Amino acid sequence: MKDFLLVYRTDISKAPKASPEEMQANTKRWMDWIGAIAAQNKLADRGNRLFPSGQVLKAENVIADGPYTEIKESIVGYSIVKADSYEEATELSKGCPILKSGGNVEIREISAM
Amino acid sequence: MNETELIPHLFRTEYRKIVSVLCKLFGIAHIEVAEDIVSDSFLLASELWGLKGLPENPTAWLYTVAKNKTRDYLKRNALFAGIISKELRYSAQSSGEIDIDLSVKNIQDSELAMIFVVCHPCNPPEAQIGLALNILCGFSVDEIARAFLTDKEAIYKRLQRARKKLRTENIRIEQPGLSDLNSRLPTVLMTLYLLYNEGYYSAGQEMAIRRDLCYEAMRLGSLLLANDETNTPAVNALLALMCFQSSRFDARHDSDGQTILYPDQDTTLWDQELIRKGEYLLHEASRGDHISKYHLEAGIAYWHTGKEDRPEKWEGILQLYNQLLLIEYSPMAALNRTYALAKANGKSEAIAEAEKINLTGNHLYHSLLGELYTGIDNTKALSHWKQALLGAKSLPDKIQISNRILAFETAACDQA
Repeated sequence: MKDFLLVYRTDISKAPKASPEEMQANTKRWMDWIGAIAAQNKLADRGNRLFPSGQVLKAENVIADGPYTEIKESIVGYSIVKADSYEEATELSKGCPILKSGGNVEIREISAM
Repeated sequence: MNETELIPHLFRTEYRKIVSVLCKLFGIAHIEVAEDIVSDSFLLASELWGLKGLPENPTAWLYTVAKNKTRDYLKRNALFAGIISKELRYSAQSSGEIDIDLSVKNIQDSELAMIFVVCHPCNPPEAQIGLALNILCGFSVDEIARAFLTDKEAIYKRLQRARKKLRTENIRIEQPGLSDLNSRLPTVLMTLYLLYNEGYYSAGQEMAIRRDLCYEAMRLGSLLLANDETNTPAVNALLALMCFQSSRFDARHDSDGQTILYPDQDTTLWDQELIRKGEYLLHEASRGDHISKYHLEAGIAYWHTGKEDRPEKWEGILQLYNQLLLIEYSPMAALNRTYALAKANGKSEAIAEAEKINLTGNHLYHSLLGELYTGIDNTKALSHWKQALLGAKSLPDKIQISNRILAFETAACDQA
């Protein structure tokens, strides 16, 4: 088994304001999805969500506000799953709630140091 | 109680108390001396009480005899002068007369200290459970062997090894200091949790012994609760879990000892007092900001104390299982989560997930799929029930599954 990092990205500016009920339903979708991976014993690290704002430090002490803005989508969270292959890791990523809201999952094999 | 009932009863309740106090006095290396003294006291009781009738206060009588025997032993035994006396000097008064303190307070302190010795991580979990039953609960090798469905020889060897380990590691009999407590308490809780589950879930044993295992786990847990430093949220949560589970003891089996599954149980037999106690403990457990797996399992057990199938019940159970699996994977949690998923989100989603959890070697996995496919694809359901039957080990499980298969075949005959 290898570890794969799942990076969740979405365009936050396009996300509609959610009602408390919608937020609750969204939490349930995430928990059911990650719980299903854990039930297969393929979750290495549940990971975390990220706040929408942030800073980017570049060379020469150049500090930019906000997440990396060159691309529209910003990282909203990450998890680490266990899988034998990219195919399997990709299969696990299907059903990720981020896909329903127009986002995407980037799947990267971790090269352990 | 007459004397033939009273002595076994007192053996259960008092043996371990006196042994704990004497052990704390002598050091764990001399536990056999402590056990011999207490056994001798009981032997004397069984001889004298039969002839002369019961003393006015049998427990006090036993304490006095044990004290006298201890003093005699210490006086005449050369070992005392050489080894034990050095250790005793730290704790005993300088007057020379050794104080054998069998007060309620010292018994509790000694038993608590012994819990930490018995659940010391120098021994593997199964050995810790064996030691706990043997030393803390006064179970004989024979009884432990029956509880674990193992032969006496294996248990005897396991206990000897574990006792030797405690001796060679020279584990001190004391409640760990606050800094150690946080690292030692989880092992203790795990042992009590396993001890309880051994009684609650392992099938095919005598019912009386199984209940005793559960009650002993609860009693030891209560000792932790009675002490301020060990009365942590996780301990409260674990005890709450045990109370909720134990509330169904009378409803889980019929008079022939056959298992009655949760949906078929008579709820009037559920012990409401234990449920209320569990609720109180779960409330106490909500102090602090750490959620242990015992919190989550107690939460799941709490939902089960109400039988009606409300949507929020199964949604609540599903989310608790999700969280539980994020903390720690176990095949049982994965199977139960999938069952809750069927109840909360519907069977088709649950079947899709069940096919992925890959526990084909587990007969409960086939039982789950048999259950999920029932009414959706009865051919597949029947085939899974049959596989479950092949894998089932205990008789109650086999009967339970055979009944399901029989129901299918009867239904098929009716249609034909």
